Amino acid sequence: MNDILGALGDIFTSPAMYGSAVRLGVFLAFAALGELVAEKAGTINISVEGSLLAGALGGTMAYDLSGSPVLGLAAGAVAGATVAMVAANMSHRLTADQFVVGITVNVLVLGLAGFLDATVGPLGGRAGVVTIPLLSRIPVIGQALFSQTWPTYLLYGLIPLTWWLLYRTRWGLEVRSAGENPQAADVSGVDVNGRRRQAIYYGGVLSGLGGAFLILGQVGSFDVGVVGGRGFIAIAAVYFGGWTLRGTLIGALLFGMADAFRLAVPVLGYQVNAQLLAALPYLLTLVVMYFITKRFVQPAALARPFVRGLR
Amino acid sequence: MSTDPGAPPTDDPGLGGQDGGLYMLLLYVVSVGFALVISAGLVAVSGNAWGSVAGALAEGAFLAPGRWGETLAVATPILLVSLGMVVGVRAGFFNIGQEGQLLMGALAMALIGTRVAGTGPLLLVGGLALGAVAGGLYAGVAALMRFRRGVPEVISTLLLVFVAFQIVGFAITTDWFLRDLDPNRPSQAVTSAALPGSVRLPVLTVWGNEVTIGFFLALLGAGLAAFVLTRTVFGFKLRMLGSNPRVAQQAGVSFGRAGATALFISGAAAGLAGALMLAAGASSARLTAGFSNEIGWQGLLVALLARNRPLLCIPVAILFAALRTGSGFLAATGVDRTVVDVVQALLVLALLVPPAVEFMRDRRRVSIAAQVTEPV
Repeated sequence: MNDILGALGDIFTSPAMYGSAVRLGVFLAFAALGELVAEKAGTINISVEGSLLAGALGGTMAYDLSGSPVLGLAAGAVAGATVAMVAANMSHRLTADQFVVGITVNVLVLGLAGFLDATVGPLGGRAGVVTIPLLSRIPVIGQALFSQTWPTYLLYGLIPLTWWLLYRTRWGLEVRSAGENPQAADVSGVDVNGRRRQAIYYGGVLSGLGGAFLILGQVGSFDVGVVGGRGFIAIAAVYFGGWTLRGTLIGALLFGMADAFRLAVPVLGYQVNAQLLAALPYLLTLVVMYFITKRFVQPAALARPFVRGLR
Repeated sequence: MSTDPGAPPTDDPGLGGQDGGLYMLLLYVVSVGFALVISAGLVAVSGNAWGSVAGALAEGAFLAPGRWGETLAVATPILLVSLGMVVGVRAGFFNIGQEGQLLMGALAMALIGTRVAGTGPLLLVGGLALGAVAGGLYAGVAALMRFRRGVPEVISTLLLVFVAFQIVGFAITTDWFLRDLDPNRPSQAVTSAALPGSVRLPVLTVWGNEVTIGFFLALLGAGLAAFVLTRTVFGFKLRMLGSNPRVAQQAGVSFGRAGATALFISGAAAGLAGALMLAAGASSARLTAGFSNEIGWQGLLVALLARNRPLLCIPVAILFAALRTGSGFLAATGVDRTVVDVVQALLVLALLVPPAVEFMRDRRRVSIAAQVTEPV
């Protein structure tokens, strides 16, 4: 027992652990922030998974062609937004079922990514590490938060931006009203499905950035399984956070930490069952969702399609 | 499902739109054509003639010797999975974890087949039954989360897939569990022991093609699903729950119980599919890490494409299986076989459009009629 505690102590005090926890958490946070906006508008946007993968693929391809990580990230955002546009227009313009659309779009992106990866050949590339002076000297968390590949810092800007958009703009108010009471919003002249589509677009851009970040800022090479269901973990992070910005970010960090734990344990020389470790992020997400999900705080019209005149 | 046929009145006489039928037909042709054009474009971009690709697909799916038997063998689990999906979706639940439930079913079958002593046929039936139960229970985890705590099953079932992969990985690398202990194993790959011949499904040979009787089981399942959904009280309850949960609850359908049953059935179908795959000799009748081979995803797409009609699942499952087995012959043309995945998803996406447009047209017609008749 003491051994286990000692090992856990070792792992949780190693700077490498926090470094990779932040990297994996940042990746999840990109997607979770976008998903938060979409869910605030009343739609469970399953296509985040597809947007992430499209962003990863688009970002890597653009990086391979241009050699510029900036272009790579931009292309990732565009690819993510494209996927989101398909999903949003199918489910909130044509009112096809949002889950059916989301699942199909995810499978489509998976197929396309597999096809392009096999046809174009192996892809990869990384952005450089930028260390912010001073701030990175903060003990324990300094290195983890402020000595990262530069796309990480994008997120630090996107967090306040998302907060401002959601809670301080007219658009954000309309988005939230579309998620809480679409009938009332509609009567007051809000284009409910329009706001939902736009919320999904925003989520698509952020997920695309996240996907590109995953390759360019972290993994370094593209693989079809690189996202591996973590779009759904991002959705879980929004549930974990009780549909608040702060909680969502904490959720993303927590799940990122589970991922990092899985990577850190073998590196530090501890023997733990490999399968248990690999399943850990998913198991943790499931357990946390079971205990934390608070139905009473979710947007009242979450996952309910809006058609004028139908309830 | 708002787009479910039967929910909105499709051809409402007196509200105009005689050209509706032709319009819809055109819409179907255009959207499927669009999907096919994009697919052909992908093939063209990779520098190949799509005619030769189609030829290779047909060759691999039906024409080459022994291939249509293979296609039917692949169609069997796909059909079963899709039937389970249909039952779930009709009741309003999206179980998208069939890949994992299928693995659990195969795991149970492997356990019974290789670790339990007994007579062959008994083990076979027991393994299949236990496979279905294992798949159902695995979906039951998601049901528990949904009905106890309100965790959406769309998320939990998917996350459980990744857990299932690791459970199988653990099973086939652990000596006391399922790992093949035979020292003269042909390959070093970590797998379970092969299912003994007596526990395999009987195979019929028809015109040089081997057809497992599993296919007929799946056909039977499709008939059964259609019958239960449309002709029994239980099926009616499920459909009522799917089209309007509030009304269903007021009519006395227990959301939790009926919903959990629907999820259990959808998981059990996937579990049975996995057990059948193993018993029919998929991947040399050994449980391997990649055993499920995306059959679960295929079944899911089939159900969506067949618009949740059990009997329609049969031809669609055969079509998808044909694309899969046909893709095995694509290597000669130089096109990667994953192009088939794109074609399948595009088809499903394209066929989502016409009913949705139809629904919108109906809504517009109704609202125009309401404006005309309503006193101002």
